[in-house]
Amino acid sequence: MARVFVPYNMRKLAGGKTEVNVPGKTLRELIENLEARFPGMKELIVEDDRLKPGLAAIVGEQPTRQGLMTKLEPETEVHFLPAISGG
Amino acid sequence: MVATRKPATGRPVNGKHNYKVIGTRPIRHDGLDKVTGRAIYGADIKLPGLAHGAVLRSPHAHAIIKKVDTSRAEKLAGVYAVITGADMPKADNREVDLGEGAANLKWASNNVMADDKVNYRGQPVAAVAAVDQNTALQALGLIKVDYEVLPAVRDVREAMAKGAPVILSGLVGDDLGKKVKNTNMARHFRHEFGNLDEGFKKSKLVVEHEYELATVHQGYIEPHNATAQWTADNRVTVWTSTQGAFAARRQIAGILRLDDSRVKVIPLEIGGGFGGKIPVYGEPVAAVLSRKCARPVKLLMDRKAVFESTGPTPGGTVKVKIGVDAKGKMLAADADIRFESGGYPGSPVGAGAMCVFAAYNIPNTRIDGYDIVTNKPKSAAYRAPGSTHVAFATEGVVDEIAEKLGMDKIDFRMMNSAKEGTRRADGPIFPKIGHEECLAAAKNSPHWKSKLVKNGPNGKKRGRGIASGYWFNIGLKSVVTISVNTDGTAALVEGSTDIGGSRASIAMQAAEVLGIPAEDVRPVVVDTESIGYTDVTGGSRTCYATGYAAYNAAQSVVSILKERAAKLWDIKSNDVDFKDGVFFNKSDAELKLTFKQLAKKLDETGGPVSATGSVDLSAAGGGYGIHIADVEVDPETGKTDVLRYTAIQDVGRAIHPSYVEGQIQGGAVQGIGWALNEEYFMDQQGRMSNSSFLDYRMPTTLDLPMIETIVLEVPNPIHPFGVRGVGETPIAPPVATIANALYDAVGVRFRQAPMKPGRVMEALAGKK
Repeated sequence: MARVFVPYNMRKLAGGKTEVNVPGKTLRELIENLEARFPGMKELIVEDDRLKPGLAAIVGEQPTRQGLMTKLEPETEVHFLPAISGG
Repeated sequence: MVATRKPATGRPVNGKHNYKVIGTRPIRHDGLDKVTGRAIYGADIKLPGLAHGAVLRSPHAHAIIKKVDTSRAEKLAGVYAVITGADMPKADNREVDLGEGAANLKWASNNVMADDKVNYRGQPVAAVAAVDQNTALQALGLIKVDYEVLPAVRDVREAMAKGAPVILSGLVGDDLGKKVKNTNMARHFRHEFGNLDEGFKKSKLVVEHEYELATVHQGYIEPHNATAQWTADNRVTVWTSTQGAFAARRQIAGILRLDDSRVKVIPLEIGGGFGGKIPVYGEPVAAVLSRKCARPVKLLMDRKAVFESTGPTPGGTVKVKIGVDAKGKMLAADADIRFESGGYPGSPVGAGAMCVFAAYNIPNTRIDGYDIVTNKPKSAAYRAPGSTHVAFATEGVVDEIAEKLGMDKIDFRMMNSAKEGTRRADGPIFPKIGHEECLAAAKNSPHWKSKLVKNGPNGKKRGRGIASGYWFNIGLKSVVTISVNTDGTAALVEGSTDIGGSRASIAMQAAEVLGIPAEDVRPVVVDTESIGYTDVTGGSRTCYATGYAAYNAAQSVVSILKERAAKLWDIKSNDVDFKDGVFFNKSDAELKLTFKQLAKKLDETGGPVSATGSVDLSAAGGGYGIHIADVEVDPETGKTDVLRYTAIQDVGRAIHPSYVEGQIQGGAVQGIGWALNEEYFMDQQGRMSNSSFLDYRMPTTLDLPMIETIVLEVPNPIHPFGVRGVGETPIAPPVATIANALYDAVGVRFRQAPMKPGRVMEALAGKK
């Protein structure tokens, strides 16, 4: 089970929960399971079968570069945050 | 002031490693071309049949375009083409991923050429291609535009005020997940951890203040430029000054509704960017002009256009509230960050929100971020975008709390410092970071240990300030190809445009692996058809990610060369070892070949040797900086002089220490300018009143002492040489550092930047 930190704008969908434990061997599976449990969440995260432009998924300590294919270790933390730009 | 720069020798910064090339200071590969004027910049481009373009820009900050009459301009002798918004392809209303961040193509298109409305003064409304520049400019004067002028919204407060004019009628704002219409607020998001109310309730001391920063420009020396040729086979070639040829290609192709592969971007030398040369401006306009007149078209901006039409970093407000217990332990922190995005959504408020408390370990936090549309040029990245703003607020409050508790400024920061395992206020846990090491180095620095005489000559007051700053640093995609020459040198091909000496630092990482001198690796930056996809030179990623790709390519070259040596010695490649540039037979020490010797034998062992390294990296390891400033304030004039300035930074590993120091010094200087002088001075109608370098006052060498640098190496565990990003962190602390120094000097806490003489005089008068 991954430990998903629910972004503030999705907490209503998650019944006010700030963290949820969700199964999934990959980020794709995890998001499908999130959607099954909290309908409407997927469209806030995924667009055209990939993470929405401008959104980053942090898996463990680092933003993932494998997108929805990212493999998840058990007990991994998952965060959805704005993608960081730079100058 | 005596500089503490290291001598330009081959001495490593800390001397703790055994690298042969890394840590030395070779002459940059592109240095001769640049000092002799041979380097080719955008303005140098000449092509057969070249037409010269000019852009008509809106004189109004906010207006509806009722009609554009180009008929007289089109009839002028020597004019090849005139375009308006009607000539631009209708771009999709969708976001595209630029590798770092995203761009909405419709807004990006309107930003380079307005269709029915202008959202800031300087926004393009028409463009001309002509036989020469004078004719093009003359034609602009013949274009008649009817505007319906609307009231201008100049800052976040005006934009959020009840009844404020709505700038983008089609904008649907996102207010914590709720859709909002008829608003200038594009986005309001929140990060929240722990129990904020409980944290403040338990606090013995709570300090809260609002800070305000003016809009400032990156101030790169080279204005934007673009030359484009749209050929009959529906392909577009663009020569331009850009921080990322591939990011430029994606934007140009998106705006022109072409496949990426139909656009070729040739990046030229770049005279500074600092984030401001990631967006495109003239490129799609020159392309549409080129399609219309069937000639290549060149567009050059002047300084006024750079200020008024390209992305500055946003002005805005940052409110920070921090609570501590009786011993000074931080218990709760709250931030409200409001950035102006300019005429279209997309400020760096997301990054600011992620940086605001990144230096500290605080159990209960809430951060609200607002992206707010105003009638100013669309904001762009500027070195650690958003981080300077939030450091100004957080470090001001932190400084005040330390003082109220009677604690040493560094000890207080150290006590609350983030470290490996700390959960950031936006959620993720920090890996190995170097904030504590930077604080320790600051405390131990000659500057901090020195005594400051508080009273200067003629009644001048002196003070010392300190502040922390943080930037993430990013990874992303890079590709490098290395080919071995038979004379024992290597050619290195990369897609990262070289802004701050990255050719040298990337070549050095390859040279280290290949065991040859840095000068024997010849790096070249090529176009989008000559190398694999490479993300922008930005986010402090180039030395890290493109360096990593060079490392991988060089490792592959070494593997191939081991096979060649094995062939020569008739042994298995596993029996060949490689160290310090020498291949040798593991079982016969007398059988050895240097890299140079083996390179001569390529033809007889299988032909050319080349290899490509490709990476897509998650992060570059966040970087911290601590800055210390001594200032002297003249109470007669309000002028502040910086007497001494030290920047301490964890860089992971300094590949080329001179360029690392240069990056740190450059960031500090830009931050000092932001603190003391720089601002977009807007009149009541939303027009910038100081759009020249004469009136927009950036610091020069005459204004500042040598910036002393203390380069710390806390190796980044996820890079083969321990590299972290360097270039952006140093602009995060300066505004806060100067404000804290000013307080120490005159006893007034400044919460508005710039802290210009007039503002200082007002504050001193108020104090009396």
